[in-house]
Amino acid sequence: MAITAILFYILSALALISAIAVVASKNPVYSVLSLIVTFFCISGHYVLLNAQFLAIVNIIVYAGAIMVLFLFVIMLMNLDKDTEPQKNKWMKLIGAVAGGSLLVVLVAALRQTESNMAQVGSGDIGLIQNLGKVLFTEYVVPFEIASILFLSAMVGAVVIGKREGRSKVPQADLQKVRRAQESMDVPAVEA
Amino acid sequence: MPINYYIYLSLALFVIGIIGVLTRRNSIIIFMCIELMLNAVNLLLVAFSKTHHLAAGPTNPTAGTEAQLFVFFIMVVAAAEVSVGLAIIVMLYRNTRSVDVAFLNRLKH
Repeated sequence: MAITAILFYILSALALISAIAVVASKNPVYSVLSLIVTFFCISGHYVLLNAQFLAIVNIIVYAGAIMVLFLFVIMLMNLDKDTEPQKNKWMKLIGAVAGGSLLVVLVAALRQTESNMAQVGSGDIGLIQNLGKVLFTEYVVPFEIASILFLSAMVGAVVIGKREGRSKVPQADLQKVRRAQESMDVPAVEA
Repeated sequence: MPINYYIYLSLALFVIGIIGVLTRRNSIIIFMCIELMLNAVNLLLVAFSKTHHLAAGPTNPTAGTEAQLFVFFIMVVAAAEVSVGLAIIVMLYRNTRSVDVAFLNRLKH
């Protein structure tokens, strides 16, 4: 068996196991860490397909930025324990059966098709020279529009995440904060 | 490597994401499963791009470049989506002190 085939099977098995761990683990922090492992395996697949630019971008953007954002949100909310109520086992079973049926149907539909070969380990279309040339000549307008998309996403995130008015804060929380401040001998804020 | 193997792998990852969306109640986990589905599609797109490149042969040495650029743009859109989505989840948590999606049923009434 060629080395690329061995690597393909190892990366696939690791990706599938960690993807199942994302869904199955009780602790959201473990889910995030499993998803990072999955993203690294998918980046390994990109390297195997000689799409090195996408492999690096996948690690930087997904494993580096997005998953850190998820971790921050989970730790900010203090959710690192199971807060999910364990009820309705039947709904879970039905969901798993529905997803499994979709997998069975799609695999059965694709099983009889003839298979082309994907080029593994060679070919230089995935290198940054070729991609950069095409990105900054033919696709320069979508590239610039993407920056506007980012700007609007940033503004949207700030607007949505902004704390509106003090009246929305529950009174119990304010009292808790004041008590904590008094115990630390910090001058209390005026309400 | 036959393209069918990549299709099966992507299908399995995608279906795991679907099962997660259908069975879990924690909105952050549901969001992560959506990211998993996006990545499965990206992997399939890259595999098809390399298949197309091999099939085009030496007559078209840059065949399949567009698919990889599309994957790049999908990643761009996913990053923007995550920032807005996490802001919505934080707002949900601030209003209900929970991230359970069962609290988001006001459109039902």
